Amino acid sequence: MSAEFYGTTLSSPLMLGTAQYPSPDILRAAVLAAQPGVVTVSLRREGARARAGQAFWSLIQELGVPVLPNTAGCHTVKEAVTTAHMAREVFGTDWIKLEVIGEQDTLQPDVFGLVEAARILAEDGFKVFPYTTEDLVVAERLMAAGCEVLMPWGAPIGSGRGLNNVFGLRALRAHFPGVPLVVDAGIGVPSHAAQALELGYDAVLINTAVAKAGDPALMARAFRLAVEAGALARTADPMEERDMAAPSTPLAGKALLG
Amino acid sequence: MKLVVNDETHEVSARTLAALIDELGYSGARIATALDGVFVPAPQRERTPIIEGMRVEIVAPMQGG
Repeated sequence: MSAEFYGTTLSSPLMLGTAQYPSPDILRAAVLAAQPGVVTVSLRREGARARAGQAFWSLIQELGVPVLPNTAGCHTVKEAVTTAHMAREVFGTDWIKLEVIGEQDTLQPDVFGLVEAARILAEDGFKVFPYTTEDLVVAERLMAAGCEVLMPWGAPIGSGRGLNNVFGLRALRAHFPGVPLVVDAGIGVPSHAAQALELGYDAVLINTAVAKAGDPALMARAFRLAVEAGALARTADPMEERDMAAPSTPLAGKALLG
Repeated sequence: MKLVVNDETHEVSARTLAALIDELGYSGARIATALDGVFVPAPQRERTPIIEGMRVEIVAPMQGG
């Protein structure tokens, strides 16, 4: 059963970033191989002559995947809110992946600014996807501010370290059983994505792990298969972990040979 | 009149934001605009005056994560 994100069911639990690919053709190939439910996009200054943004927009439209604009690189509430308004106009969607960055080395969210920006945007009709930590109290505040989706990090953006705090992510899942949860940031290889889905997360957002792979399109396919495996495993209800061994082959009827 | 557009100084004759966008060659482009850090929605560009020294931001879709 797929989760609904603000009333919309995505075609896949894979959300794919569009940045850092070696070329537009490789980005296109990666999106086609990943078959993501959404692609994330951003806004940057446009040169009147180069018009790089217009070419990128044509490619995204051609791919036909729903977009989730971000406020990447914003460090203040004002910057993030203004960027969100510009994104709503340019991309024609009220979905916004809200990033308010608080620390340069880890790119970890400024959760205080995040909650404030989320409240302002939610009151203005935005459907906010907040990039947050796995902190339960911050998550509560984000929900109170009007967020109906949470996007905790797995590890710092671009680090590829996977799920740094499995205990915390598991606690968040248990604490918000009905809220769509997405692991955003830090996923490095498909097994990390499968693990997030196995924990009961509804989606993962991946960019660097695909874009910086030696063969992005092949890695995109690997992630597609990993999220499918993880989602199936979750539905199948994984066995309980135990500390001691338990024989899987029945002992009854074993020949006496010693 | 001198303006700062995307961090570059421009000498322009436009008097509204809409005219500025045409003058700088952005006509028809999918863009969003801000004046001195404040978002100006597209329908308001016609009636938004620009004055000497203003800081104009013109942004467009870009790859993002």
